[in-house]
Amino acid sequence: MNIVVCVKYVPDAQSERSFEPDNTTERESVDGLLSELDEYAVEEALAIAEAGDAEVTVLTMGPEAAAAAVKKSLQMGAHKGIHINDEAIAGSDAVATSRVLAAAIDKIGGVDLVLTGLGSTDGTMSVVPAMLAERLGLPQVTFASELSVDGGTVRIRRDGDVASETVEASLPAVVSVTDQINEPRYPSFKGIMAAKKKPVETWSLADLGVDAGEVGLGAAWTTVVSIEQRPPRSQGEIVTDEGQGGAALAEFLTSRKFA
Amino acid sequence: MAEVLVLVDHVDGTVRKTTTEMLTAARRLGEPSAVFIGTGFDAARDTLARFGAVKAYRIESAEVTDHLVAPAAEALAQLVERTSPVAVLLPSSLDGKEIAGRLAIKTSSGVLTDAVDVQPTDGGVQVTKSVFAGDFEAVCASTHGSPVVTVKPNSIAAEEAPAELADEVVEVTVSDAARTARIVERSAKQQTGRPALSEAAIVVSGGRGTGGDFGPVETFADTLGAAVGASRAAVDAGWYPHSSQVGQTGVSVSPQLYVAAGISGAIQHRAGMQTSKTIVAVNKDPEAPIFEMVDFGVVGDLFQVLSQAADTISGS
Ligand SMILES: Cc1cc2nc3c(=O)[nH]c(=O)nc-3n(C[C@H](O)[C@H](O)[C@H](O)COP(=O)(O)OP(=O)(O)OC[C@H]3O[C@@H](n4cnc5c(N)ncnc54)[C@H](O)[C@@H]3O)c2cc1C
Ligand SMILES: Nc1ncnc2c1ncn2[C@@H]1O[C@H](COP(=O)(O)O)[C@@H](O)[C@H]1O
Repeated sequence: MNIVVCVKYVPDAQSERSFEPDNTTERESVDGLLSELDEYAVEEALAIAEAGDAEVTVLTMGPEAAAAAVKKSLQMGAHKGIHINDEAIAGSDAVATSRVLAAAIDKIGGVDLVLTGLGSTDGTMSVVPAMLAERLGLPQVTFASELSVDGGTVRIRRDGDVASETVEASLPAVVSVTDQINEPRYPSFKGIMAAKKKPVETWSLADLGVDAGEVGLGAAWTTVVSIEQRPPRSQGEIVTDEGQGGAALAEFLTSRKFA
Repeated sequence: MAEVLVLVDHVDGTVRKTTTEMLTAARRLGEPSAVFIGTGFDAARDTLARFGAVKAYRIESAEVTDHLVAPAAEALAQLVERTSPVAVLLPSSLDGKEIAGRLAIKTSSGVLTDAVDVQPTDGGVQVTKSVFAGDFEAVCASTHGSPVVTVKPNSIAAEEAPAELADEVVEVTVSDAARTARIVERSAKQQTGRPALSEAAIVVSGGRGTGGDFGPVETFADTLGAAVGASRAAVDAGWYPHSSQVGQTGVSVSPQLYVAAGISGAIQHRAGMQTSKTIVAVNKDPEAPIFEMVDFGVVGDLFQVLSQAADTISGS
């Protein structure tokens, strides 16, 4: 079985995140890493590969530094990596990202399962997987908190806010996984050494036959009109409980008409 | 006046609050047309009319409802084609965002997710959304097609504006491709009797500091008529169901009042509650980061503080 895992390189949520003058995410100075939510997708792919027989390819689209996301996935145990790196993709929105990733999945060919995270930790739109399914014409089986592949069928559990559903589709399919599905492994020393010898290909838009005019900031179907840092919430009153803390809380809530 | 399509969020015809908020927003842009997928329209009709829906498109075929989001996206795409709406509004739920994503591709339209506000501009729509865990606020617009917007629950105050509603049953054609993912089993969430987390006006959440005993959190929540939430640490420990998790990988809430008890305030937790209007925390560690963002905080043991507060409120 051929599994492709889409992984994204994102700015570290713990660092100071900011924007460029053109309102795109500033990605140069901040430390980046493999999106933590995509580690669950890598782990799930590895678990499937270990239980049966599968080749796991990780696919990322992003700047030079995004190679780190591929590397980390290879260290965890993925077999090979593909990095789409092209100046023209800077500033791409979800629509363009899905266009490029779909073209790459087509080029890889013979893919049985496309795995993604539940959302990227920077944009958190959670729309790329659905867009990929739409573009590739594949079944969409998303937000899996449990996943099993049996022969040519994939089956997942999906927990929504009003119901829990079991969803089934035949392969090939696009599946996104949540952070409930597994516990991602840390790369072992052996994994880190082995990763150095694993093949990584770098593709440009031309390799994919995608026109540069279809992607990037200029081609985005949405624009950011303005962006403003929210004034940091100022700290209100803090009381230390010395026997009357609960009463003070009740008084605050009453004064604000919550009680 | 041009139409604005609003995808009705409902459970068997019981209209969820998000829908009334979206209809309110839609009225700023044009004439709201409700798109009702599934069964139970008769139960929904009054509410839709009361909040200003002028039309309702009813899509009742099981082809659409037995499958995941793809058929719903096809149905909406057919309506977009037919009505050229100013915008399509959907709820910012798991399904809502995915339908939005597919619809955007099908109709070559820009998609804007998690809008906390929606405003008209000449000939178009602008939305406000909070980004990077709520640290920034961005105003965004779509430059292509009929803007597809998902609206965050609890962000826009619903206002009634009764209208005469005309409904129409719409037959949609669902392609084979859209039917490929099938829902084979569905079990409704257990009802707690408390308001739904994403729509509640007040949310009281417990974290690792509860040590697994959510009793005081629940009692306090019930005193205020609140929904109960939990941090991921509490969910991972198995103390509370995942559907109650507040944060980046859980539910994102924006209530009038948010109470965090025994929660430190990690960035991933803040991402799901930072836009709450009033924030209160109870934590025994005065250095807990959650205190940086509260309107009112009590440094103390949550077991004592919450029960005294609940007693004081019920007593008075
Ligand atoms: C990719 C990713 C996604 C994540 N998504 C989420 C998410 O969606 N939601 C989320 O919540 N977290 C999320 N997390 C986890 C997050 O980073 C924190 O680990 C988590 O929020 C901590 O939960 P907590 O505050 O309950 O626990 P802790 O950080 O352990 O805090 C417990 C607090 O309770 C206080 N306390 C202890 N005893 C008492 C007492 N008796 N009375 C009063 N106070 C007491 C302590 O002082 C402490 O501040 C995510 C993490 C990652 C990596
Ligand atoms: N640039 C990218 N490269 C590879 N995968 C991506 C990229 N952007 C998004 N994805 C995948 O799509 C998922 C959802 O992303 P998003 O829709 O941006 O929240 C992520 O968890 C990734 O698996």
